[in-house]
Amino acid sequence: MVSITINGEKHELDVPGEMPLLWAIRDVVGLTGTKFGCGVAQCGCCTVHLEDEAVRSCVTPCSAADGKSVTTIEALGTPEQLTPLQQAWIDEEVPQCGYCQSGQLMAISGFLKKNPHPTDADLAESITNICRCGTYGRIRKAVARATGGGQAS
Amino acid sequence: MTAINRGDFVRLGSLFAGSLVLGVNASGCANQSSSAPQASASAETGGFKPNAWLIVHPDEKVSIFVNKSEMGQGVATGLPTIVADELDIPMANVIVEFAPAADAYKDPNFHFQVTGGSTSVASMWIPLRTAGASARAMLVATAAKQWGVDPSTLTTKDGVVTDAKNNRTATYGSLVGAAASMPAPAKPVLKTPEQFTLIGKVNKRVDTPLKVNGTAKYGIDMRLPGMKFASVLYPPVFGAKVKSFDASKAKQVPGVIEVVQIPSGVAVVATNSWAAFQGKAALKVVYDNGPFADQSTQTLKTRYLDLARSGTGAVVAAARGSKNVNGTTVEAIYFGNLASHATMEPMNATASVTNDGVEIWAPTQVQTFAQLGAAKIAGVAPDKVKIHTTYLGGGFGRRLYVDFTNDAVAVSKAIKAPVQVIWQREDDIQHDWYKPMGANSVKAVIGANGNLVAMDHTVVMDSILKGVGYPLKDGVDSVSCDSVMNTPYEIPNLHVSYIDPESGVPPGSLRAPGANWNGFVMETFMDELAHAAGKDPLEFRLALLQRNPRAANVLRTVAKNASWGSPAAGTKHGLAFGFWSGTSVATIAEVSMNGKMPAVHRVFVVADVGQVVNPTIVLQQLEGATNYGLSMALASIITIEKGAVQQHNFYDYLVLRMNGAPEIHAATVESGASPTGIGEPATVTIAPAVANAVFAINGKRARILPFSEAYT
Repeated sequence: MVSITINGEKHELDVPGEMPLLWAIRDVVGLTGTKFGCGVAQCGCCTVHLEDEAVRSCVTPCSAADGKSVTTIEALGTPEQLTPLQQAWIDEEVPQCGYCQSGQLMAISGFLKKNPHPTDADLAESITNICRCGTYGRIRKAVARATGGGQAS
Repeated sequence: MTAINRGDFVRLGSLFAGSLVLGVNASGCANQSSSAPQASASAETGGFKPNAWLIVHPDEKVSIFVNKSEMGQGVATGLPTIVADELDIPMANVIVEFAPAADAYKDPNFHFQVTGGSTSVASMWIPLRTAGASARAMLVATAAKQWGVDPSTLTTKDGVVTDAKNNRTATYGSLVGAAASMPAPAKPVLKTPEQFTLIGKVNKRVDTPLKVNGTAKYGIDMRLPGMKFASVLYPPVFGAKVKSFDASKAKQVPGVIEVVQIPSGVAVVATNSWAAFQGKAALKVVYDNGPFADQSTQTLKTRYLDLARSGTGAVVAAARGSKNVNGTTVEAIYFGNLASHATMEPMNATASVTNDGVEIWAPTQVQTFAQLGAAKIAGVAPDKVKIHTTYLGGGFGRRLYVDFTNDAVAVSKAIKAPVQVIWQREDDIQHDWYKPMGANSVKAVIGANGNLVAMDHTVVMDSILKGVGYPLKDGVDSVSCDSVMNTPYEIPNLHVSYIDPESGVPPGSLRAPGANWNGFVMETFMDELAHAAGKDPLEFRLALLQRNPRAANVLRTVAKNASWGSPAAGTKHGLAFGFWSGTSVATIAEVSMNGKMPAVHRVFVVADVGQVVNPTIVLQQLEGATNYGLSMALASIITIEKGAVQQHNFYDYLVLRMNGAPEIHAATVESGASPTGIGEPATVTIAPAVANAVFAINGKRARILPFSEAYT
């Protein structure tokens, strides 16, 4: 039994402590915005915030989130009030298939807490999420739009 | 007139309320509320459905049915834009609905319901415009009848019919009841391009808002009451079968409900995906491996290259002019490795088999085959199988195969409950329908004028068409030979031979199938020939495209955009041209070396896609196809040992990430022609453009893909 606050709501979950947080979120709690891509922390589709830290939930055991607070894409903004990053995703028309974009947004919004004005080189170094549609260039533009940053370092 | 049952849509929508179906509100943002998108149940309240493609509702909203799968390429926006323009309604009034599997929604050229070949807009261009124009004419005729005026005196704009002479208007919604009894025009008049109000002008995708807040529903997000999760252990060796298995350990995993054998493998059924994966890992299976267990990349490569050299078993794919032409001869032989699609969303499907029939919710590119496959497994008629297409987390051709939908049906049938079959990434990498190996032997002659005058080209590649169940014409696979047998270059003497090696590896259709390898061979070889002829690679190509002004325009434009001949300091340019799905495309890559491997800084890509429907989506596709092709060219390789794939996941199947993604400058040129394909063409040109830049830097030719195998 673990106790995890997800998007402000406390959940008492009867799951093994070693169950990855991803599956508790998707299959037990039923929030499907967080995606499964690889299961081994390679692609970043499953990125959520554990407290203030962006983590890959496919390799984060529920026990590590016990008593803690988790934020998923569903609570990054609200449909009425998107975050500037989400709005920039719309303005720059970033998504194609869109499957990786929950993870991209959670990874980058987590990263911006540490580095609010990243250069493209900062993103290249720190953001390793995979997008098979190849939206990387538009992600760079959207981050620059949202943060006032950009190519110049 | 209506070929489909409105009830099907209501059921489809109610199961995925708010996300499978998109509503677009007045501000242009997709509406995510759970009730709004559902067409206001207007079928029951008198909506006007003139054909299979649209329903005009009394509240002015218009449901538009999309018969193509939205896998990122933008059909959920582009196809409704075409209908809306001819119908004369604003995009804000459009409700997008994914069509079920039905005859009315089959592709007019393929004759089954499929999304592939970058054909969606080109195939549906006239049918959808006709559907919109026909509905518009019926609404106008309805108003004319009510007002007692000639229809030709009326105009339409933004969903309103106007009688300017008598200063009166009627909204489409107010006409729906009477319009239903109006005959459809025999030949509705389509707009001229100058009259388009949305086509070529709309830039926002309707699905973007859903894809930035986690509400877009993919196949893997399907949830049904009482649904179980299952994962299947497949035999690692291609063609192998399960001989026996011991599930005792698997059944001890908490959450595992049962273990069932299905034709393709052993399925572990559980209360959640993770328990199913754990159970799968605990299975003990004995396989009957079959003959492919002796094969490896090395054995296959040796055989392919032998076939390419000897021409054993070759059939003629193209023959024009003479085989004996004098001049300077250049020869080369090439080998391309296997590659995997690796869509971001792993294969999955949700199925419910009951006494009433089958329902499937799946990210599929091929509704007709999914329906036929399910019918066979469940032992019901195809019309008892309902297919609900979800959003696709990438397609790239992988979802043209029905292995994953078939398995969901087989498991649901076995356990008598709804089930979601979910693949792990390892299953996806090891049980793909792969971009086939290719071995090409090419010999060309440069004439006294310095032009290419003859080419003799042998393609050895598994049949991609047979992989999707298509018969070959005269033994030639026109897809496996694409970009060679149909090269747009005006080569006076061209001889192309095809050999189907039937390797035993599942041959797949992967973004620009055939062309993504043959285009590399042709375009790096063209570069080689240009150098042998002492000509500029751009001028050498233009000399072979004299009767093709659209291709020449694309080449000249990319050269201008990239400042061909004047690369940025410390870099070199490489050029490549391609032709896929009616679209001419050209790429210039700006490259430097990072050790033995190329670093790609900027890419300039230009395409002639005819009439652009959505400018942003066209650019997205040029960018995306460039990155997809670059990813595959750099280091994505699938190898075989003892009959099984050696790669597992993204740690050993390497794909492009942010740190390798170039700055891409994509553009289109206008030609006034009808729309052609955009999802795939730029996949063809990026690899040869980079390879030709590498040659310009260090004189090394890549005759193997990926580059990690070539630049050693």
